[in-house]
Amino acid sequence: MKLIQTALAGTLESSDAQVTVENAENGIEISIESNVINQYGRQIKETVLETLDRLGVENARVKVVDKGALDCTLRARVECAVFRACGVDKDYPWGGAIR
Amino acid sequence: MKNAVNREIPDELLQNGRKPFMGSGYYDGAEHQKVAPVVRAREKSFESKVLPSIREAIQQCGMKDGMTISFHHHFREGDYVINMVMEEVVALGIKDVTIAASSVGAAHDPVAEYIEQGIVVGLQTSGIRGKIGEAVSNGKLKTPAILRSHGGRVRAIEQGEVHIDIAFIGAPTSDCYGNARGVGGKSDCGVLSYAMVDAQHADKVVVITDTLVDFPNFPPSIQAVNVDYVVVVDAIGDPKKIATKAARMSQDPRDLMMAEYCAKVIAATPYFKDGFSFQTGAGGPSLAANRFLEPMLLEKNYKIKWIIGGITKPAVDLLNKGLVETIVDAQDFDIDSVRSVQDNPRHFEISTSQYASPGNKGAFVNKLDFVILAALEVDTDFNVNVITGSDGVLRGAPGGHPDTAAGAKCTIIVTPLVRGRMPTICERVVTVTTPGECVDVVVTDYGIAVNPRRPDLLAALTEAGLPLKTIEELKNEAYQIVGVPDQVEFYDRVVAIMEARDGSILDVVRQTKPMKL
Repeated sequence: MKLIQTALAGTLESSDAQVTVENAENGIEISIESNVINQYGRQIKETVLETLDRLGVENARVKVVDKGALDCTLRARVECAVFRACGVDKDYPWGGAIR
Repeated sequence: MKNAVNREIPDELLQNGRKPFMGSGYYDGAEHQKVAPVVRAREKSFESKVLPSIREAIQQCGMKDGMTISFHHHFREGDYVINMVMEEVVALGIKDVTIAASSVGAAHDPVAEYIEQGIVVGLQTSGIRGKIGEAVSNGKLKTPAILRSHGGRVRAIEQGEVHIDIAFIGAPTSDCYGNARGVGGKSDCGVLSYAMVDAQHADKVVVITDTLVDFPNFPPSIQAVNVDYVVVVDAIGDPKKIATKAARMSQDPRDLMMAEYCAKVIAATPYFKDGFSFQTGAGGPSLAANRFLEPMLLEKNYKIKWIIGGITKPAVDLLNKGLVETIVDAQDFDIDSVRSVQDNPRHFEISTSQYASPGNKGAFVNKLDFVILAALEVDTDFNVNVITGSDGVLRGAPGGHPDTAAGAKCTIIVTPLVRGRMPTICERVVTVTTPGECVDVVVTDYGIAVNPRRPDLLAALTEAGLPLKTIEELKNEAYQIVGVPDQVEFYDRVVAIMEARDGSILDVVRQTKPMKL
């Protein structure tokens, strides 16, 4: 998927994550802030990369501000941010974008 | 070498008589000689010990580089005393100071700066939060901080493991000779339990008050015979943060469910009979347990013989309803408990030695039937952590946790299975503050685990039909929800030593490593 605008999904509430995505030129650039970074930072990064890969996003700058979100929440926020960034506003693949 | 809770204690720390933790009760029956302070006699008649300023008191006490000064934390997050004294110590150019406090918190953030500057080089405390905790965790303190339980602190002072040169004791009221009380002033904290051992064992004792009252200020918590000087200041603290409004009883259904489980666990044990004794922490579910206890008492026509601890409104309510005979009080958390210790003749102030010391001839905790306590983490060996956060940074307080857990016949830890993404029940706690052998039952929102060391309790709780699980099952459930956590990474350097009650090394806290992804 090709990102055409900057988009954001999620909140800064406890157990949520706020994900911002924008277009980039050279692959995936990712920055993560998290209150559980020491114990889950690696897994958060994996989850975000996996989700982008599944959506077919090859170039993006992604910022995750995580407040202790579970993996399912992270995936949902990344998907939503990407769809918004791609200008998708209908026919969402509810239940997760399955390749 | 590895100690009794399977923690690696560096050999270089096991010097000068320091031993690894050998197990709870290992030093029971051992004898020691108590230390005594240097006393400057006042034989002649004189009118007053009042000095014009804190600075004057520091000078009169002869404070020098390298000295240890002590404080109490009855003013909690409303305390002004530590900062006022430290400001003057620094202004006088005194260096290499060790602070021996019963606890420090965010109210004392300015001290973190003195740690960074190398002015404060040692810290001994039963609680550490805010910027001080971050500074110590980042390796800024010159010597490892020493963390002790409330009872362990008393023992260490009495045995001379920490020698207090000057004790600065904030007091809501004092007379001109230093008879000091926790009530009767404008910033009442109720009791001065933590400061009693300091008053008896420091070479110099300075009482700092904002309400000077007529002599004699009786009955005193701190006796004038132990006090060298009195200083009157405008304010010793923020009254709103010293005695807060009573915490609202939690309405969170998760808290209430866990509280109900706690009450049911109590009712299922053989210790639930007329005249039992009880302590509860000040956390949401622990407090809420009182609410479920009351109908059980009424139904059986039981009364609680005594409640101990940090006292809160629910305990005071039970006393006023005649459901508790006696409260013995080592700290007050709200206005209701402060007023009660002042007015109710069945509500008594006790010293922290009486409360929890493992080094005297028998403290109250040794006769406790039940204690309900919180935890940041509990591991599959039932070890509890209440001092380091999930990132490894110091931000908690052992307080009376290890003391009451060791003393009580039935120690109940209550904690949600997960907090946000953090699993509370885990494979291995970051820091052991209370050894698992002292923990009997762990109550979570996903079920109750009984320590296999207590087959008697397991049988009793099984018969009562409580939702029992093994601690392994609880851990697995937590990991299923949040994922298996990576181990927090640390540098090798030890920044704090967690002492067991008897002074042996229970665990060490190492310098935190910045996380790189």
